[in-house]
Amino acid sequence: MPHFARLYNFACWLTQDRAAAEDLVQEAFMKALKGFRSFQQGTNFRAWIYRIIRNTFLTSQAGLKASISFDSDADAPPEPATAETPESVLFARMEQQAIQKALAALPVNYREIILLCDLEEMSYQEISQALTIPMGTVMSRLSRARRAMRAMLAAGAQGVAR
Amino acid sequence: MNCGPWREKLDAYADESLPAQELVSVDEHLRSCRSCAAEALALLQMKRATRDAAARFAPSTEFRLRVECALQKKQQPLWRISWLPGLAAASAALLLIAVSVTLFTRHVEREQAVAELLDLHVATLASANPIDVVSTDRHTVKPWFQGKLPFTFNLPELKDSQFTLLGGKLIYFNHSPGAQLLFELRRHQLSVFIVQDQSAGFAMNRAVIASSERGFSVEAWTQSGLRYVVISDTNPTDVHALGELMRAEEGQ
Repeated sequence: MPHFARLYNFACWLTQDRAAAEDLVQEAFMKALKGFRSFQQGTNFRAWIYRIIRNTFLTSQAGLKASISFDSDADAPPEPATAETPESVLFARMEQQAIQKALAALPVNYREIILLCDLEEMSYQEISQALTIPMGTVMSRLSRARRAMRAMLAAGAQGVAR
Repeated sequence: MNCGPWREKLDAYADESLPAQELVSVDEHLRSCRSCAAEALALLQMKRATRDAAARFAPSTEFRLRVECALQKKQQPLWRISWLPGLAAASAALLLIAVSVTLFTRHVEREQAVAELLDLHVATLASANPIDVVSTDRHTVKPWFQGKLPFTFNLPELKDSQFTLLGGKLIYFNHSPGAQLLFELRRHQLSVFIVQDQSAGFAMNRAVIASSERGFSVEAWTQSGLRYVVISDTNPTDVHALGELMRAEEGQ
């Protein structure tokens, strides 16, 4: 089962629930098996299987709730409260938990694009295929997602500092 | 200085997704603009920290087995249909699909595994402390792994060869411990990765497979239940020569 462990990790981040992630991964692999003919040899297998798991999630109950925020690309995320980069202050004492907490709090469309780019190290082209969005949207959404995450980290750091 | 247009390119810069020409101009700008350089660094740090923090959840063995069983059951009805008049055609098609899936999956898995090891090799070379045990003596390096690995391996005598052993380090590959041995040849450094057969996560023939990945020469083979992968920026002949030495020693 190719990418099984990585897809499970991705599913856990999407659903934020291990039991739901297991259901999601199992269903996605069933769909992949059933729809393997729709996979065109020579195209990107990884993007194809991630697209299946993501679409399966979006049509699930949890996914339908989460996707309400999907049209918010045009909305600018909150800017960091201070002009200086939060990283310069934060990184020395930043715990993995702080990043995990910020990642979990992001809207799903921001969370998934950060995971595909930074964890799965997909190219913009692969992300475009996995999320079925144009390349330009990949770049703008990624930029917004990162700004939103930095704002959350900065807000978290201010909370700690108080 | 108006850095707006430059800032828009920094995400793609951090993601190594800029076209070559733009990469040069952004590099030049970063050398002259401390503010943008700090922003680029922050993005890279954030990217690295996210990668480490996000690899968080691992599936249980029970769950993996459950999905495998479910997939096998799902495949059975296809075989039942195959006795119908189109038996021959359906069987051939299924066989073709199965072979294609297996071959393709193996190819993808092998490529990913090699890419991961390649990253480990590059990270080792970039590290200030690249190796855990620093020694040119095989009788020092090999015993260092005792108790750290669930397997053992042999190191060749190199005094009559052009290679020098630099040392070794413990790695984790697919959640299992493995060995990375570092060798030197004319200022080129070569990594030999040794991992357990089942932890390699990719099926590989017993034959020696030589390839080129991102300009690096790679040679891989299976021997005595262990998977060996040699990686270096030197030429394929040198990589093969080191592979031959390792194979000869292990075969004794």
